[in-house]
Amino acid sequence: MEKFDRRYIFLAILLLVLVPLLFPLGLPIRVSHEVQSAYDAVARVPDGSKVYFAADYDPATMPELHPMALAALDQLFSKNCKVIGACLWPACPPLLEDAFRRIGEERYGKKYGVDFVNLGYKPGNEVAIVSVGRSIRATFPTDFYGTPIDSIEVMKGVDSITGLAILVNISAGYPGTKEWVQQVQSRYHIELVAGCTAVSTPEYYPYFQSGQLVGLIGGMAGAAEYEKLVKRPGTASRGMDAQSLGHLALIAFIVLGNVVYFTSKKKTP
Amino acid sequence: MKKEIPLLITAIFGSFMIVDYFVPHPAVSLVGETLQQWAIIVISFSYVLGVANIARINGQKISKRSKDWPFAVPLLIGLAFMLGAGIFGGIGEGTLFNDFFLYAYTPMSGTMFSLLAFFIASAAFRSFRVRTVEAGLLAAAAIIVMLGRVPVGAEIWDKLPAVSDWINNVPQMAAKRAIMIGASLGAISTGLKVILGLERNYLGGE
Repeated sequence: MEKFDRRYIFLAILLLVLVPLLFPLGLPIRVSHEVQSAYDAVARVPDGSKVYFAADYDPATMPELHPMALAALDQLFSKNCKVIGACLWPACPPLLEDAFRRIGEERYGKKYGVDFVNLGYKPGNEVAIVSVGRSIRATFPTDFYGTPIDSIEVMKGVDSITGLAILVNISAGYPGTKEWVQQVQSRYHIELVAGCTAVSTPEYYPYFQSGQLVGLIGGMAGAAEYEKLVKRPGTASRGMDAQSLGHLALIAFIVLGNVVYFTSKKKTP
Repeated sequence: MKKEIPLLITAIFGSFMIVDYFVPHPAVSLVGETLQQWAIIVISFSYVLGVANIARINGQKISKRSKDWPFAVPLLIGLAFMLGAGIFGGIGEGTLFNDFFLYAYTPMSGTMFSLLAFFIASAAFRSFRVRTVEAGLLAAAAIIVMLGRVPVGAEIWDKLPAVSDWINNVPQMAAKRAIMIGASLGAISTGLKVILGLERNYLGGE
């Protein structure tokens, strides 16, 4: 086993991920209860409401989280919601900007400052989250471009987060969903929908079951389900075939590794 | 006094933040808000400190020709370049900073993260051994959840997603809740010890 060249494993994974991306298998996507709940919660928001979009991720988790951010924004803009976006991760503002431009401007013809705003990054983790809950204006005196918040139309009449219809958080870890639940949802009782990486999803199941999260979008699979609900198949939907084969390969490696191990163990006197 | 004054500050402000959480009076909120703004400013300075530290450590590495010093060169060049591009050219759409961020940093960062898939596959083959009943249960649960979360799982057996959901919603959640409650009680206990001055490690020194 020790002599086995692991580059064969790398090659197998590469092929199993690459081939379905180039030649999709078209496996059907099943919508889970958690993602359906997220979609329903956003659907319940009155048309034209102001909402808070907390984007807390970075380029490393972009393939998993950006598709769900795009899908969530798609649903919000389709309801003519006014989206106030901000980040607690320093590398996130350009990603949020990209999402706003692609969905808000290009797909729905929305205008920056009128229909959506990118407030940029704020350091402070939990402190910044509590501060947003209390006063968005005090936390973000200017937007991502340095424009004073008072001169931005979409921010008129907005201060505490309690005045907003829903909070959508796309999070790659700390600070993220857990902190938004602890510092804002439990304090101000705003409805909170969360999207997170697949590896961190189990951590948030208790919050979903307790009702502190009204929806939970987990990993690329969750993003693909959300894309299906908003009827805009994107990169997550395309990635599900690759992920399916990748998971099958991992299982095959676990089984094969054990078969080889126990067989060689029996042979050893 | 070197220790007593920080302990007193911690006790006063720590206690006040607890009061602030439970008392929604405007006077309390106003002070709480001010304190939070102070905290954000202090935390912001840690980034300046971080940049200075990276520059100092890597600068020394280069000057002393320490192990792996050539890697420090592109790091410092990248740091200086992005700082300069951001400060002098802005960070909005269409700027040099934004272009480098989107078309250089983003794919490189995504590539590093995606390498995990290859290492996990290799580790699964070489290290995941079902030697005990517990390891067997872990392997079975992992296989069911991995298959249940992707479309191919339902194609293999249509009940697989439901079994995967059950594992996530019942045994996984029970264990997770127990861990969370334990960790929360620990956090409360540590917080109280800090406020009461019983836990002093954060002060540093001996």
